[in-house]
Amino acid sequence: MDWTLFAELAVNGALSGLMYSLVAMGIVLIYKSSSVPNLAQGALTMLSAYIVLAIAGALKAPLWLAIPLAMAVMFGIGMGIERVALRRLAGRPIIMILMMTLGLDIFVRAATMTLWGGTARPLPLGISDAPLFLGPLLLNRAYVVGALVALVLFAVFFFFFRTRRGIVLRAIADDYTASWSVGISVERGVALSWAMSSVVATAAGVLWGSIQGVDQSLSQLLLKGIAVAVLGGMDSVGGAILAGILLGVIENTASGFLDPLVGGGSRDLVVAAILVLTILVRPHGLFGREDIERI
Amino acid sequence: MFLRQSGIHHASYSADRALFPIPFDRWAVAVLLAFGLAAPWLVSSLTLSTYLLPWIVWTTAALGLNLILGWAGQFHFGYAAIMGIGAYATVHGTRHGIPFEIAIVLGGLTAAAIGVVFSFTALRVKGLYLALSTLALQFCMDWVISHVPAISGGTQATLQAPPLKILGQGVSSETGYYYLALAWCLLVTVFMLNLKRSSLGRALVAVREKDFAAAVIGVNSFYYKLVAFATSSFIGGVTGAVLIFSFYHAVTPEQFAVNVSIEVLAMVIVGGLASIIGSFFGAAFILLMPGLMNALITWVSARLGLGLSVETLAHLPHAVYGALIIAFLLVEPMGLGKLYNNVRNYLLVWPFGYTRK
Repeated sequence: MDWTLFAELAVNGALSGLMYSLVAMGIVLIYKSSSVPNLAQGALTMLSAYIVLAIAGALKAPLWLAIPLAMAVMFGIGMGIERVALRRLAGRPIIMILMMTLGLDIFVRAATMTLWGGTARPLPLGISDAPLFLGPLLLNRAYVVGALVALVLFAVFFFFFRTRRGIVLRAIADDYTASWSVGISVERGVALSWAMSSVVATAAGVLWGSIQGVDQSLSQLLLKGIAVAVLGGMDSVGGAILAGILLGVIENTASGFLDPLVGGGSRDLVVAAILVLTILVRPHGLFGREDIERI
Repeated sequence: MFLRQSGIHHASYSADRALFPIPFDRWAVAVLLAFGLAAPWLVSSLTLSTYLLPWIVWTTAALGLNLILGWAGQFHFGYAAIMGIGAYATVHGTRHGIPFEIAIVLGGLTAAAIGVVFSFTALRVKGLYLALSTLALQFCMDWVISHVPAISGGTQATLQAPPLKILGQGVSSETGYYYLALAWCLLVTVFMLNLKRSSLGRALVAVREKDFAAAVIGVNSFYYKLVAFATSSFIGGVTGAVLIFSFYHAVTPEQFAVNVSIEVLAMVIVGGLASIIGSFFGAAFILLMPGLMNALITWVSARLGLGLSVETLAHLPHAVYGALIIAFLLVEPMGLGKLYNNVRNYLLVWPFGYTRK
């Protein structure tokens, strides 16, 4: 076996895995506060990349200005989705909530296509294509930047959950009713978590858009995001980071060795298999909280 | 009004337990059945093959999914994969010379066997995690179907279904295909109608409400979950085969991709969980709506001179489809079946509405 190839696949896998955890972090933030599994996160990621392009195109703004503006827009969109669609479903059976996020996914994807069309567009961030050498290993510069952004966002959330507002969100995550009874506005907290996860989706959308171009395939990051979120535990931000690295390494090395054997395209299979195995072996993930059910 | 309930007294247990205790319902079902049987002569052959036939086939699929989702309460996000397995098994069987009647049962049994594999996750987890794992299994099945040449005939291959022969008679007319689909739909509908008054149906409902509590009162929830998955997969597999032989006539992996799973799920949700008439409504709604929307949008844009591009026109119906799912969940989460029931309950005692208060 070629160990250099293996190490290269593993390191690049870890870096791209950290970028998957950007999507997963959005899912985790929402699930943590409101127990809503957001199957529309992939669509939000795609939407945010299109919004960045639209702002850059319409205002002739440079990208460093367009991205924060898009984040602000996505902040509002996240709050709006929670207010219009999800708040009225609180307390409904989970199948309704899942179907609602699926409906949102279809709607957001199709509305984006209706507004801006399906042709792939470039989103150049100015990261050079030249590989980065780490000893004998070749690293993709775009992945390195993405991984760094993921780590920075993790650090931001790490400290955010220690601020006053962050503690409020943790209280909501812990117990809905108890938070209400001590005067916390649960609705506002949940809306805030939707808004934050939409902002995280913007980061994911910009980084993935710069790597693979902005088109409908961005929304397929959902499967990877879900797999990472479940593997790390649906309510653990740190778990999403570690699971992202783990999933990225397994995905990249396994598909690197499987692809020549089966003729390519084994990436999604590996991810889906990891998702099924996680649920069969340890449903609450690596760092998630195990819920005990009452009869 | 028409649904007069007063003056109807059940003098025997069997009358009380009848499927349709109210005469109006019996008449309505008889008229609908007569229409269904006479449809090839009543509607044009284009309407028959483009609207009625797919509606009936997809209704059967929605009923099969409703069994697992509405009655047993187990999520299944990979129903299209199950239909695909049944379709591929049947097509391969008939291509190898097995008669269609046997091949379609074998296809259903294959789907049931693989559907039980889905249920192994259901024994371990429920709720959200079950939904996600069945979704992941759908991706696995898609991949296996499209990447194993022995099943699909190679990537991006289309497998032609052999000419349909029932009891040695070649069936090649639209009317014949329609009757095949109608027969299967009627069989499944009668099965589902009887389910709610059989012990199996009651056990499934008990498992749906709470599986631990069902176990406490002596319902083996493990066994009934397996039965629910196997039965609904059998229905799904046979429906997939009927879909291929009566409508598509050729099978490709994309016909059973993940978006089809979500479409069937939308039919069940829009129609109403555990509602049989709702499955009929839901399938009609999800199938007909994109076409109607397309016509409406084209008409409006031509009328107002909006000059929408081809791409916009192609994607707008999907956006409306998503928006309608959202609107349904917000306005009437119990679906079209519940709306029908509201009207029916109102008319049951009309004009003496106060008797319900």
